[in-house]
Amino acid sequence: MSSTVELEVNRLNFYYSGGVHALKDISLPAYKNNVIALIGPSGCGKTTLLRCFNRMHDLYPGNRYEGEIRFKGNNILSREIDLIDLRSRIGMVFQKPTPFPMSIFDNIAYGLKLKGIRARTELSERVEQALRHAALWDEVKDKLHSSAYALSGGQQQRLVIARALAVEPEVLLFDEPTSALDPISTAKIEELAIKLKQEITIIIVTHNMQQAARISDWTGFLMLGELIEFDRTDKIFTSPSQKLTEDYITGRFG
Amino acid sequence: MPVLFKKNPVDIVFSVITAAASVSVLVFIVGILYVLFAESSAAIEKFGVVRFLTSTDWDPVRESFGAATSLYGTAVATAISLLIAIPVAIGIAVFITEIAPDFLKTPIGVAIELLAAIPSIIYGMWGLFTLAPIMADYIEPALQATLGRVPGLGILFEGTPMGIDLLTAGIILSIMIIPFTASISRDAFNLTPEVVKESAYALGATKWEVVKNVVIPYSKLGVFGGIVLSLGRALGETMAVAFVLGNNHQITSSILDAAATITVTLANEFTEADTDVYLASLFYLALILFVLSFVTLAVAKFFLLRAEQRTSR
Repeated sequence: MSSTVELEVNRLNFYYSGGVHALKDISLPAYKNNVIALIGPSGCGKTTLLRCFNRMHDLYPGNRYEGEIRFKGNNILSREIDLIDLRSRIGMVFQKPTPFPMSIFDNIAYGLKLKGIRARTELSERVEQALRHAALWDEVKDKLHSSAYALSGGQQQRLVIARALAVEPEVLLFDEPTSALDPISTAKIEELAIKLKQEITIIIVTHNMQQAARISDWTGFLMLGELIEFDRTDKIFTSPSQKLTEDYITGRFG
Repeated sequence: MPVLFKKNPVDIVFSVITAAASVSVLVFIVGILYVLFAESSAAIEKFGVVRFLTSTDWDPVRESFGAATSLYGTAVATAISLLIAIPVAIGIAVFITEIAPDFLKTPIGVAIELLAAIPSIIYGMWGLFTLAPIMADYIEPALQATLGRVPGLGILFEGTPMGIDLLTAGIILSIMIIPFTASISRDAFNLTPEVVKESAYALGATKWEVVKNVVIPYSKLGVFGGIVLSLGRALGETMAVAFVLGNNHQITSSILDAAATITVTLANEFTEADTDVYLASLFYLALILFVLSFVTLAVAKFFLLRAEQRTSR
């Protein structure tokens, strides 16, 4: 496991446009080629934190960040950051599958086209590569040009992961990616996450503590906008240093 | 569900009253259709269907009538109006849903709905007294001097610019249907799930790319339904067009010529119809308009329904 820090959160505070102080003084490192899980009860701020990494909050007016998130030496919360570039390097997969209203092929090719790749052969190659990467190729190779809506929920979610992978991001953010899926599809996505960390860094928000325990190397436990504890996953799940963490993972609340 | 057979007498009365109100609508539709049929029967017998639809005659003296000129005028005026209205309306809808800051969304939305509340005769008057002179003095001569010189396009802009013509009528119509198309498109755009848009942004798409590749494709059924609904309105619109179209039964290649639409013919000529065949022919035109509007509306409803079903799935 690498010990290079890929993303470093430094005293991050976040305020929603209504003034709600949603993240309080969060600091944590995300090591390269690791899976970092963010857990905590609903409304604790884990998704809010995740959406800071690709500046998703900027889509809605009035939201405000304080502090910094360092990525390759740059503070990505700075105003000068090119969001288009940032988002193609830090990809995101959402809770529900979000295929675009186009064919399977075009869904994957979309991000590539946004990057200016037009050549037909390169597109096909990279679409195939991304689909193989997301363990979906064998299931869809004969129907690349049919609508993405025709796929099952689990397949759609892997399609979305393939779409995110196609642009070759360095970090992938997962926002409860399996909460809408059946156990078999969930298992496939978990396997995929473990496989993918050889190339990229993954930050995953999950409600499912077993999932966090199964796939992550580091776990952060948040509550009411504060980071209660951040440590190696095995440590968090066997001997957490905070009482609150222990109460949460043993199911005493949340 | 059905409360017709509930024991409570008040409920029974209530059910009967509301049911009667609903059934009356069906009665009216059937009744109107029957009258149109009955009144036009003389013309249907005399001219048949195909001949009436294709004949360019509109000659009260020889008592020879055909719908082709009115249909042509209706088609061209409607086409011009849609050509202008669709891009503007979609632009408005995109601005309101995706681009405008929150404090602008409501005022612009309300202003557009107010535009729809203006009675059509006011559009007609404005068209005649304000727009037509502007068209005749500036816009139409300019069109003739530019597009009119392009080989092949020239025939569209022949004739003396009078301002009372298909182009002016199309513009007035487009202003009338823009609010309509815009508000339906806006509703359709709003059906695009936030998270689908977000995932396009998360791939590094710009706002324009999200609108072009996600929002518009996602809502195209709804937008298309809205366009067809506006088409239905444009087909049936009378007062706004009557002022600025002239009433000229001819098929011309130039959009700077006066023409006639079905509605304008009906509005202008009932008082002049001195023979039975003339009157029956006007009813025949009305019947055609009824069928056209009916079909258009049905198509629009079909698409809007499909759009809703798709998003609720």
